[in-house]
Amino acid sequence: MIAIIDYGVGNLFSLSSSLNYLGLENKITRDPAQLEAADRIILPGVGAFGDAMTKLVETGLVPVVKQQAEKKPLLGICLGMQLLFDRSFEYGEHPGLGLIPGEVCPLEPDLRDKTLKVPHIGWNALHILRDDPIFKYVSEGECVYYVHSYYAKGCTESTLATSEYELDVTGMVRRGKVYGAQFHPEKSGDTGLRLLKAFGELE
Amino acid sequence: MITKRIIPCLDVKNGRVVKGTNFEGLRDMADPVEMARYYNTAGADELVFYDITASAEGRGLFTDILRQVAAEIFIPLTVGGGINTLDDFDRVLKCGADKVSVNSGAIADPGIIGAAAKKYGDQCVVLSMDVKRVDGQFRVFAKGGREDTGLDAMEWAVKGVADGAGEIVLNSIDTDGVKQGFDLEMLDALAARVSVPIIASGGAGNMEHFAELFTHPGIDAGLAASIFHTRQVDIKDLKRFLRSKGVEMRV
Repeated sequence: MIAIIDYGVGNLFSLSSSLNYLGLENKITRDPAQLEAADRIILPGVGAFGDAMTKLVETGLVPVVKQQAEKKPLLGICLGMQLLFDRSFEYGEHPGLGLIPGEVCPLEPDLRDKTLKVPHIGWNALHILRDDPIFKYVSEGECVYYVHSYYAKGCTESTLATSEYELDVTGMVRRGKVYGAQFHPEKSGDTGLRLLKAFGELE
Repeated sequence: MITKRIIPCLDVKNGRVVKGTNFEGLRDMADPVEMARYYNTAGADELVFYDITASAEGRGLFTDILRQVAAEIFIPLTVGGGINTLDDFDRVLKCGADKVSVNSGAIADPGIIGAAAKKYGDQCVVLSMDVKRVDGQFRVFAKGGREDTGLDAMEWAVKGVADGAGEIVLNSIDTDGVKQGFDLEMLDALAARVSVPIIASGGAGNMEHFAELFTHPGIDAGLAASIFHTRQVDIKDLKRFLRSKGVEMRV
């Protein structure tokens, strides 16, 4: 069973539907016992970092998430991926979960071409830098769907894939059993489904 | 780099997809769930659903359809039509919409854009506008293109973006349904004023019209209905064609 952490941010309908579509049993939950019982965990999220982190802390799940992340595959999606890092600079400075070294910074000041739009929204090709079981069914150059204004930096060692938006936007990261996807696999059509399928098969 | 997007639009009335010419003389076309399945495999980058039903009964049918589509189609879904309050945002987001498009609702209550952006994020709020030339000015029309609001379209767009709209759908009433190409003059005028993604709507008649559209760098996506619904233009063919012209496409 895949536990989808429900901490009051974002719409979990599509994510749950995509797992159902793949025949992957899942539960939307904030019950620590369910996270412990699950064989893998997804940390979703949309919205602002500080607000999301506050809500996650309020559920009391942070120690459980940190503990379970050492035992079973965990996937953070979009803001859920950003929460995995040490800190974010979205509207101030906020500490993250610290499961992957790196920080989350605004995209806009780093873009030299000011005609490029922020948020980075739409389909962009995923460039695979490091082969990994998560890419079992995905090939180099397939497009995935992004919607974000902040991106992860200082995480070269854990970066599995990037997408080009003048600079290399961190697309997918991994450290141990902890994975993060800046894009939305549940909105990335067939490519995204194949990535979730591989997540469902990770040891 | 980010690809240009091809977006089929499904106008839904009483549970069926319809598409009019110049907003009048609607013709029944097909079942929205079937069509969404078709577009998902045909390479659409996103789907837009417009609820053009007025009745509460029709609204219920529409949300049922949306839920069915969202349960099996895993590309971004934008929903518009009848969005007047935050409760309307909530209703369609819970049914699986990713973005909500507001049009007449924002004209009646301009505060809705800011309130929705604050609650759901800018990326969730799409400002859709029906625009027509009146006395040499681009004028915003309400109520499905029937009512001149007197608002200057460019000023309206700038204000919408300042309030938090994350994308703009510009539908030119002057070119809608005529199939003679997108309203490039109107689109360029908008691109010069706002920095959020612009989705062009109204006037697509063939593949060349999309190629022409995407020579204008400020335009991010092309939206059309009948030419896709009738399969006069096949999306996969269109994307291959555009790619051969050097336009970045997801194929």
